[in-house]
Order: sequence, then structure tokens, then C-alpha cells
Amino acid sequence: MTIPVAPEMEIVATAQAAALGEYIAMPRDKIDEVKLALVEACINAFEHAECRDEQLHLKFRLGRDAKREWLEVEVLDKGKGFDSEKVEEPSIEKSFVGHRKRGWGLQIIKSLMDEVEITSGGGGTRILMRKYK
Amino acid sequence: MSESCKVSSERRGDVAILWTDGYINNQGGEEIAREAYAQLDAGARALVLNLEKTRIVNSIGISILIEVLEKVMDRKGALAFCGLTPTIDKTFRIMGLAQYAEIYPTQDEALRGVSSQPA
Repeated sequence: MTIPVAPEMEIVATAQAAALGEYIAMPRDKIDEVKLALVEACINAFEHAECRDEQLHLKFRLGRDAKREWLEVEVLDKGKGFDSEKVEEPSIEKSFVGHRKRGWGLQIIKSLMDEVEITSGGGGTRILMRKYK
Repeated sequence: MSESCKVSSERRGDVAILWTDGYINNQGGEEIAREAYAQLDAGARALVLNLEKTRIVNSIGISILIEVLEKVMDRKGALAFCGLTPTIDKTFRIMGLAQYAEIYPTQDEALRGVSSQPA
């Protein structure tokens, strides 16, 4: 699935994730967590990646690991990339004292998904997120 | 296509209840902030945000809610949330909002909670 870098396109992507989650009877709250993580991955790319093709490329996979089924979402952009090690950890206290209230996307993704893999470089960024049923 | 949120509000004494309906992103967050600031300027001491008709709040929306929280704290008021889905509840706790704003399961509990807080 490919979506344009445009307002609210992230919601289009969440419909696909929800449909696959429902297919494997994933609990609704877990589907909501996948949807929010996907929203965050998309808006991060929309805001920061400067995608050369103005598109986000998404892949959705279902699988089974030992006895557990999972839903995996891959978000790929062809943007400028970033160093995830250098992303400053946000806190609400920093938000209060300064004016930087943003930067929560990666933290939310990592907190809501069971496994997250981020690879980034000059060719773009790939965020691979897995949620077990 | 628009999933953006609609916001309505009502005053009950010195407490304003704000109801949201839909996706809270930057536009939804701005809509909430506009309504909240109007209520504060009109004399509301406390705000209750009822999110029972919202299933997704993204981090941009939450950053605007943090700004609303700051304004309420500056005025020595109170802000409470209710009707959160488990995912929104979890996200608010991840971001630390729950340290500065109370989270209640129901609107009635939220109203009782903010009403019992000293001005």
C-alpha cells in the first residue's frame, strides 16, 4: 500500500491495519495500539522525512511465532533519514519549561508495539513494528 | 475525507465539560484548545475533557492538550480527563499527562474530582 504525504492519510493506513487485526481476532485494544503506532510512524515521516517521492510505502503482514499470531506493519519512506540514537528522550517536564512539546512519536511507537526495528540512512527510513495477538 | 474532531462544551458552575467526537490530531487539538480557552476566559476554574467518542489521539494532538494543561495550571485551575480508551489512557500515562491531570473512568467521577479540588 502506498499513501501520499497528505493530511489525514495516516487514517487511511489504519483502516488496513484494523482489518487485518480483526481477521486474526486481535483484541480491539491491541488493534487500537497498532493503529496509533502506525499513525505516529506516518506523521513522523510526513513531518520530518522530506520524502523525495512524496509517498509512504506500507507493508502489512500476518504471521505466527511459536503459538502466537502477530500483525506486522512496515513503514518505509525515501526521505533524508535520521539517527535514532540521537533523538532526545522527551518528557512532559521539558515540555513545560521549554516550548518543545513534540518528539513523542518514537517513544509512543516503542511503548505500544511488542517489537520495533528502525533502520535509517541517506536512502530513507524503515520502521518495522510487530504486535502479538 | 475528514476524521477531524468535533468539540462541544457546557458549563456546570465553575466547571466546563468539553466533549470530543473523532480523531484528535493538530486540527482536533486546536479545536479543543479554542473551546477550552474560551471557557477559561469566561471564568471556568476547571475543565473536564470527555473523550468517550474519540478512539485516536496522536502525539500532535496530545502536545496541544499539554499546552491547555499548562494554561490551566498557570491559572491554578484543574484539568481532568474521562472516557478514555485503554490505548489513550496508556498513551497519556506514557507521556506523563497523568502526573498533572487526573484521569477518571466516568464523567460523573471527573466532575466530583475537580469539584473537590481547592481553587
